[in-house]
Parts: sequence; C-alpha cells; structure tokens
Amino acid sequence: MFGRSGAGKSSIIAAIAGLVKPDSGRVILDGHPLFDSAHGMNLPPWRRRVGVVFQDARLFPHMSVRTNLLYGLRRHRSGPGGAKTLTLDTVVEPLGIGALLERRPATLSGGEKQRVAIGRAVLANPRLLMMDEPLASLDGERKAELLPLLERLSRTFAIPIVYVSHAVDEVLRLADRLVLIDAGKTIAAGTVEEVANRPDFAQIAARDGGPETFSVISATIGGHDEAAFQTRLDFAGGSLTVPRIAGGPGERVRLRIAASEVMLALAPPTGLSVRNAIAARVVALDDVRGLIDVTLDAGVPLRARITRAARAELQLAPGMSIYALIKSAALTAH
Amino acid sequence: MLTPLEIEAIRLSLEISGWAVLGGLPIAILLAWILARGRFVGRNLLDGIVHLPLVLPPVVVGYLLLVLLGRNGVIGAWLHDALGITLAFTFQGAAVASAVMALPLMVRAVRLSIESVDRGLEAAAATLGASRLSVFLTVTLPLSAPGLLAGAVLGFARSLGEFGATITFVSSIPGQTRTLPIAIYGLTQVPGGEAAAARLCAISIVLALAALLASEILARRLGRRLAGPHFA
Repeated sequence: MFGRSGAGKSSIIAAIAGLVKPDSGRVILDGHPLFDSAHGMNLPPWRRRVGVVFQDARLFPHMSVRTNLLYGLRRHRSGPGGAKTLTLDTVVEPLGIGALLERRPATLSGGEKQRVAIGRAVLANPRLLMMDEPLASLDGERKAELLPLLERLSRTFAIPIVYVSHAVDEVLRLADRLVLIDAGKTIAAGTVEEVANRPDFAQIAARDGGPETFSVISATIGGHDEAAFQTRLDFAGGSLTVPRIAGGPGERVRLRIAASEVMLALAPPTGLSVRNAIAARVVALDDVRGLIDVTLDAGVPLRARITRAARAELQLAPGMSIYALIKSAALTAH
Repeated sequence: MLTPLEIEAIRLSLEISGWAVLGGLPIAILLAWILARGRFVGRNLLDGIVHLPLVLPPVVVGYLLLVLLGRNGVIGAWLHDALGITLAFTFQGAAVASAVMALPLMVRAVRLSIESVDRGLEAAAATLGASRLSVFLTVTLPLSAPGLLAGAVLGFARSLGEFGATITFVSSIPGQTRTLPIAIYGLTQVPGGEAAAARLCAISIVLALAALLASEILARRLGRRLAGPHFA
C-alpha cells in the first residue's frame, strides 16, 4: 500500500485490524467478514486474527523480549484444523533474535525492536500480517539489514502481508501487488509493474521526496559475465546489462529506470560508453515544467526525460522509432 | 514506653487504614478504569459521585453512611439479616468509612496513571488476541503501577487522619473504633488529657513520616523495575 504521509494508509490498517470503526463499508478477509456496517457486524480486534507490526514496534516495556513474544502465542487459537504448531523457535532463528530473549525492550536497537515485533505478531498466528512502515524510523544501515528478512517473511511464515510504505524502492523490492492511495482514496490497484508505471505514481512519489519520474521493468536474470562484472537481464523488449547483481539465472528482478537517465538517439550509437541501446517507439510527449517526458514502448513502458531543445532537434513525434540509451551504472535492480 | 491505650490506638489506626486501602483500592482501580477509558452517558455524574467525599463535610458522609449502612439502613439492614454483618459502631464500619473518604484520592491517582499509559500498547495487545479485560490486566495495570502505589499511599495517609466520618458512623469505641485521631480528640475533651494527647500527636507525626519514607523507597524500586536496563 503506497501513498504519501497522511494519505490514509494507517487508517486503513487500523480499520482492517479493528482498531477504528469505519462509518460504513465492509472488511472481508479470506471470505470471512470482519466488519460490515450494513449488517451491524464488527468483530473486536482480539478476535480478528489480524497481526500488526507498527512503525514504533510497540513492545511492552514491562516485559522481557521472551514474554513479549509469548504474549500472542498464549492467546492464539490455532487456525482451522489447528495444524499450525507455533513455538518460540518458529521465529527465533529466522528473525535472529535468540540472543535478545532475556533483554528488556528499552535496551534494544530500532532494528532489533522491529524484529521482535514481527516475531510477536507472527506467533499470534494471524491470518493476515500488516506492517505499517516498519522501516520508516530506522537509519539506512538498519534498513538494509532488515530488508532481506522482510523479503523472505511472507514465504518463511506462509502469511499474506499488507505492507505500508511511502518509499518507492522498498515497495519495488517487496511487493507483488500495489495499491496506490492518495487523499484517503484508492487511486489504482494491480501488479507492481502496472501501478508503478502510471504517471500519477511517480508524481505522488516525487511529492514526498521520492525519486523523479521513472519506469519500472520486471526482468529475469539472463546470466553473469564475471570478467566484466556485469549481469544480463532479459525483459519483454530485449535485454539490459547492469553491474553484477546477486541471484541465479532465471531469478526475477525489478528495475527502476530514472527518466533522466534515459537518452534518446535516432540510430544505434557507436563509440559511446552506454551499454544499453533498446529499440522503442514514441508513444506520447508531455511537457512537464519545461522538460519533456517521453513515454516509449519498448515492449514494456519506458520513460525518458529530455529538454525542449532536444525534442526540437530530434523532431520527436508519437509513432516515431527511436533508440533508448540507458547507462548500465544508472540502473537500480531489486 | 508506650501505654496500652497508645498501643491500641496505633494498632487500630494501622489496621483500619490497611483494610480501607486493601478493600478500597480494587474498587478505586475499577472506577478509575471506567472513568479513564469508558465512553458512556453518565460518566460525568459517576465522576461527581466518586468525588463527593472530597468536597462534602466528613460528618455528612458519616451521617449518610449511618443512614445507608446502619442497622436500620437500607443496605445495613440487609447486611445484618442476610450476612450477619454489622457496620455501624464496629471496626469493620470504621474501615468502610475510611475507605469511602479515601476513595476519591485513590481514584484520582490511579486514573491519572491509567490515562498516561500509551494507548498504542493497548491496541497492540488487542491485535495479539487479548480481550479488553486481558489488556487491562496485562498491560494497562502493570504500567500504571506507580499510580497504584501513589493511590495506596494517599489512601493510607488519608485513612490515618480520618476523623469526621468515622466518629459520626462508628463513634469512639475502645478496641473497636478508637483510632489515633479519635483518641486524641477524646483526650482533649477531658481535664488533664493534654499531655497524653501531645504524645499521640507525636506518634501520628512519626507514623506519617514513616509511611512517606516507605512509599518513597517502594516508588524508587518500582521505577527501576519498570525502566530496568537489563533482564526481567
């Protein structure tokens, strides 16, 4: 769930968890109604089995980490069939919190607190786990530490996750589906590629200090060239070379390509350091505050940002065939 | 060193105050929780009723207790007939009078403490499967411990000094209801009693200081436990 601060993301979380009562509407989880104003139905939060990891962790300060973790476990009613047997060990190893068990929350770092909060929520055996900007209060290093863990989380514990963020790269790295929220309303919902390539997604992201206009492409790792320290990524419109990334061939990655890093040429270039030249067709040209955003069709949507002078010189018009040049070093792969 | 009369007065004062706090605090906690977290019509009225003993003349409270809980009172008659309990002019009655007078102070202290507990923690507990009562018992109450202690100390101190409602409801009965203040008052009413009264006054001061000191030490220990740097 992506949106600016104050867009209403946390309110949606609270409504799903049952912490606030919406004026009207329905909340349905896996076919079971949790809230339905038309039928006057409103399950209290403790009977919804919806776990929440809050931005500020909210560990109980008067309990040890162990007691915090066990808090939900002691109260959980196991799911239909009761096949799920949760113990402290379920979370301690995957989250790397074994050394913290006897500590008090006040003595933990921000990253440690979040890991304990995740473990506590998981042990309550939720049907849905919601995470409200769990990385927002952490510094860059702690974020980098926690991200791989979050990436694995849904699979590790087999729980669907609603993840709230206003950081573009976090969303691109973690999400399968994306819901764009602005001013309390859902603007768009769909796969990450569908939603992230909408112009309003980039606009909303940019307003909150996010990256400028960009396009998002999903690709698979084609192979590594160890000597050149680079990786070939295959996507619907061809292939791209990026500086060596982790992951085996066939693994899916997402690329965010900043529009300002895409250059346009009328013919395939020679004698340039640029490694990626992709044949594309011009779809649209938009004047954005004096600069031209060019929407291209390269098998996948691609965006370039050029000056008015460049448009005039290349005589760009919709329908034109062109080459998009992308500097390898400028690509961010997730 | 201490006369039998003095020992009796001290013992009665401590016992009655102790029972007043023991019996009154749970009621105070319940009322404080309802007032701090409840949303219902008549909350202000309940708040007002709880505070009445603080603003009414104690004699009025004592008189009301006599009317309600006396042998012929509405509740008193039932207590006597059904349970065989007599409150008027008994030790138990003195504890009830003290508890009623101390209740507003205890409720205030506990309520302030409950209101200062982060509601986000309560919400987190609810999402982990804890019912409202469970949240209160495992999160709100433990985190309100400083307020509970403050309420208990205030209530105990208030009970030690309780006079007006007590003398009206349970009178001055040696070995039953003749607490320190009531013994002091009695001594000042008889010729030549001043010296004995002065001794009891000194004892009262010592008791009050000891109670304050004890609460100070407890509060410090509690603070350490709640914010404790390491280990459960």
